[in-house]
Amino acid sequence: MTEITAFTVKEALQALETGQVSSLELTKAYLERIQRLEPALHAFITLTPDAALAGAKAADERRAQLKKAGAALPPLLGLPLAVKDVLCVKDVRTTCGSKILENFKPPFNATSVQKLLNAGVVVLGKTNTDEFAMGSSTENSAYGVTHNPWDTERVPGGSSGGSAAAVAACFAPAALGTDTGGSVRQPASFCGVTGIKPTYGRVSRYGLIAYGSSLDSVGVLGRSAEDVETIFRLMAGFDPRDATSLDRPVDEPGCAGAADLKGLRVGVPKEYFIEGIQPEVEARVREAIQVLAAQGAQIVEISLPHTSYALPVYYLIAPAEASANLARYDGVRFGLREENNGVIDMFMKSRGKGFGPEVKRRIMLGTYALSAGYYDAYYGQAQKVRTLIKADFEEAFKSVDVVAAPIAPTTAFKIGGHGDDPLAMYLEDVFTLPANLAGVPGLAFPVGFDAQKLPVGMQLMGRPFEERTLFRAAHVYQQATDFHKQTPAI
Amino acid sequence: MTLTLKEVEHIALLARLELTPEEKERYQQQLSAILDHVAQLQALDTSSIQTTSSVLPPQARLREDEVREGLTTSQALQNAPAAEKDQFRVPPVFD
Repeated sequence: MTEITAFTVKEALQALETGQVSSLELTKAYLERIQRLEPALHAFITLTPDAALAGAKAADERRAQLKKAGAALPPLLGLPLAVKDVLCVKDVRTTCGSKILENFKPPFNATSVQKLLNAGVVVLGKTNTDEFAMGSSTENSAYGVTHNPWDTERVPGGSSGGSAAAVAACFAPAALGTDTGGSVRQPASFCGVTGIKPTYGRVSRYGLIAYGSSLDSVGVLGRSAEDVETIFRLMAGFDPRDATSLDRPVDEPGCAGAADLKGLRVGVPKEYFIEGIQPEVEARVREAIQVLAAQGAQIVEISLPHTSYALPVYYLIAPAEASANLARYDGVRFGLREENNGVIDMFMKSRGKGFGPEVKRRIMLGTYALSAGYYDAYYGQAQKVRTLIKADFEEAFKSVDVVAAPIAPTTAFKIGGHGDDPLAMYLEDVFTLPANLAGVPGLAFPVGFDAQKLPVGMQLMGRPFEERTLFRAAHVYQQATDFHKQTPAI
Repeated sequence: MTLTLKEVEHIALLARLELTPEEKERYQQQLSAILDHVAQLQALDTSSIQTTSSVLPPQARLREDEVREGLTTSQALQNAPAAEKDQFRVPPVFD
């Protein structure tokens, strides 16, 4: 028998349904595994074992009652889940990886979290993240770096590095993440797991602590496309509390019954296979595209000509939005307040002490890009080039159904490998930023390993609201391969 | 382009961030390098391009004007660094 902590979501739900395990047994097994291995990985900022055990017990009782009454069961009843520490969980410390929110306990749940609680999940704890989700390695967390379960000297990627490491290390069957510029897909790739960045507006941002509001999306990381789709579908949908939430019905699952990829047109953009990409990454991605072809997909060479501009566009728009969003941390209503000599001094000192180096850097950059005299040249121009990037995708999706591309130029790099060079770190995001700027969905999944046995991922990007097509393609791929079933030896 | 130390100090004041002398120097260097990198956008002719203010068509909508539950006073104040008489307590704004 598989160890119960290695269960997929599907297997865990089946085991709960048949009574093979109880939610309490499953939750205890995860907590024991976390206790044993967490010191080597540091995937969590806050663990909530008491609440998790109480929740699991309540879920077991509820299952017994509902079964007795012959009533329908919530779809995820008793399923343990990890949640990235930028999503509000009521009365559980939510830090965003920042000292400025060290003691913040939100008085409400994020909509994404609330919907999954309604579906029956048991929250194990809050996973590590780059401060305010700004980073690509989890090294920017004020609570210490997360280690990659495949090689603990390496980063797990970021910013949802804690969630990706937790899934890879079997600390949870799935975890919530967020993706503003690649923060679900890149750590999924580095840790060898599957992760969705949904269409902008598909999953409510209410209760997601804001970074770049026109780019932020709430996603899921798990062990298979099928698992990730199950949880994604339960989070998706209209929410009146998010002004950019879109009123679109949730699709039927794309994984169900998908047998082949006949009729699917897969675009391969030449701009994503550039000089500087690790040869093994390119090789694995091209092999994966051949697997899609072998399953019946038609492969089409395409061009997304403005791809290289995504980096400068993103690093103007995201910091600009961040500088406005993070103005709320002023020491008045929540968060850190430093000793001070008056109101302005309180703002300056609290923010100067509470924010870490990358957050300050982006606030400074964004403030500059929005300041009088520079707005048009920087922010305005970036918003126009963003239109060109979006138009690239619209043009491509006239002739293909999905776009297949690498996620990051390399596999997981060493902790400290980028030193204090912010531009080198920003270049990690070069292949993930376009989907956020265009608002399209992206699904990351493992497609093999490099010579050092580090996972390589590939992403499929699709038309807005066509997550279903991405899940279908990845599911067919995962039926034909077993990279997603491999787990690190820790 | 190179930012001057004075410009860095001005941005930090606008952003209400107290920076140490070392931070000012580091950000002067790093922000200058980043601004050099993003300057490549200036080469694109965008005179006929609309800005993207929203990636998907925004849906303006109205909601029913009904009373709904909000946060209680104690919930709203539960994270306050200082509170008094059901209010956030802050340093004096005027002398």
